[in-house]
Amino acid sequence: MTVVSSKPRDAVGQDGDVAVDVRRLTKKFAGRTAVDDVSFQVRPGEVFGFLGPNGAGKTTTVRMLSTLITATSGAAMVAGIPVTPGREAEIRRRVAVLPESPGLYRRLTVTENLEYFARLYGLPDRPARITAALAAVRLADRATTPCGQLSKGLRQRVALARTLLNDPAVMFLDEPTSGLDPVAAHEVLGLIGALRERGVTVFLTTHRLDEAERLCDRVAIMSTRLRTIGRPDELRRTLFRRTLAVATAAPLDRPDQVFGGLPGVESWQADVATGDGAGPAGYQLAVSDPVQDAPAVIRALVTAGADVVSAGEPRASLGDVYLELVGAGPEGQAPEDRS
Amino acid sequence: MTAVGLGFDVPRTAAVVRKELADFRRSRFIVATMGIFPLIFLTVPTVTILARRVSATSPALTKELGISLLYLLLIPVVIPSVTAAYAVAGEREQGTLEPVLTTPVRREELLIGKALAIFLPAAGVAYVVFGIFLGVVRLAASPAVASTVFAAPEVPAEAVFIPLLAAWSIWVGLALSARVGDIRAAQQLSIVSSLPPLALAGLMSFNVIHPTFGFIALVAGGLLVIDGGAYLLVSRLFDRERLITGVGREGT
Repeated sequence: MTVVSSKPRDAVGQDGDVAVDVRRLTKKFAGRTAVDDVSFQVRPGEVFGFLGPNGAGKTTTVRMLSTLITATSGAAMVAGIPVTPGREAEIRRRVAVLPESPGLYRRLTVTENLEYFARLYGLPDRPARITAALAAVRLADRATTPCGQLSKGLRQRVALARTLLNDPAVMFLDEPTSGLDPVAAHEVLGLIGALRERGVTVFLTTHRLDEAERLCDRVAIMSTRLRTIGRPDELRRTLFRRTLAVATAAPLDRPDQVFGGLPGVESWQADVATGDGAGPAGYQLAVSDPVQDAPAVIRALVTAGADVVSAGEPRASLGDVYLELVGAGPEGQAPEDRS
Repeated sequence: MTAVGLGFDVPRTAAVVRKELADFRRSRFIVATMGIFPLIFLTVPTVTILARRVSATSPALTKELGISLLYLLLIPVVIPSVTAAYAVAGEREQGTLEPVLTTPVRREELLIGKALAIFLPAAGVAYVVFGIFLGVVRLAASPAVASTVFAAPEVPAEAVFIPLLAAWSIWVGLALSARVGDIRAAQQLSIVSSLPPLALAGLMSFNVIHPTFGFIALVAGGLLVIDGGAYLLVSRLFDRERLITGVGREGT
């Protein structure tokens, strides 16, 4: 298991420039540690991905930051308000939470659900807010439909509309596409992407790496402790050596002679499939800069009489980063249950 | 508008009441509970009293009247038990509890709102059924029976006990609902746990205790104190962390 850091690696800025500031947050349940010494910051207007396997402490962290549960130790500030006893209502007015389940009253209509939450927030201009929220999630035509009659994807959109009602400064979205089919998930992700335009800070917990990669400015990878934090491309660069992958029409007779003398090529290895003496062959070259080193490699291959089929930098996905950090070894084992 | 000194916001509490009533109205189970139980508890005592053709001083009539009124007292016990047990466990089951608890609503507002939404229809139904019973007795029972009924101290006791027993059932139901995950289990436990205060009414019904107005006032005062204590207890159980995780802060 590679532990990159248990502390934030990239400073975000001054305290006034921080939407969520978490310092050494820990939560224990009856002796079991759900969140362990976690620190990070989220910038205003940022879409921040909080990744980790089931039981990693993502939901517990969201619940602490949204004042549903109290931290065992550590400190946090949300929307400029310290998460301390007595400030809970103030924070709740400034944030919105979308739990994993949409949490709608199935016997009440869409509007009745939103009306109820608007009243709980004590919001003025409720009809206008509800209309605007429904328009934002493209559900204006379902306003009078009982929520029990909506599909799961539509219910999730209603729940998103609910989070828009109070114009939150920080929005916590906990596994928003969980259980949705690809089309519904795509729609929900599109709506979350649109939140960026509104300047809302989005704290997105997920274990779907594709959606984190697509939506998030930065991600934190969590497995009880914070494993790493940074922009997806930064994480890829930090964790994986840069390589140049080349493919030739046939295996090279003396690859060590071709690659061995090239400046910039630190080492090389043939792809596993290569070596049967027929068909195309692939080689992975460890280089310092694939873009700069590629022309020399290709020239060397051509000089050696090889037919170059392709050359390029294979892109490690966020999934590779995730697997590297939490996917193997005892520390990567997910605790049994969500906390 | 904030109710000064009460620590809760009236419009927010009213929002909880409105939502709960709307939700109850559309629940077949709750509507059936509100309809079937009162019908049963009205029919049995009414038929019993109407069938009586005895002198006003008959000990048998007094006993039957006591039992009849005991039936009617089951209404403010059973209906709130069933609906209160649903109030939190039902929210947890459909996943609505967490979104609600992330709003600025205070636990007192949520608790009082839910309790009022249960109390109003339950006490309303109980009083209506009690009124129907008295009306039928006045119109259809023999004059001797009717005058015995209206002179009995159990009749004003009934009027006083209805809201007090309903309140007790509500707090018991809410307490169980907050702690028991399964709705059906919460409802069954709630009905059973709400019955003990009826024992006193039972003793009066069976003439073990001969009620006087002073005694009734004393019992009512006692019930009021118990209701207040129950509210405080339930209020503690309504801790956000305990409701969400099943573990209170002291357990962390």
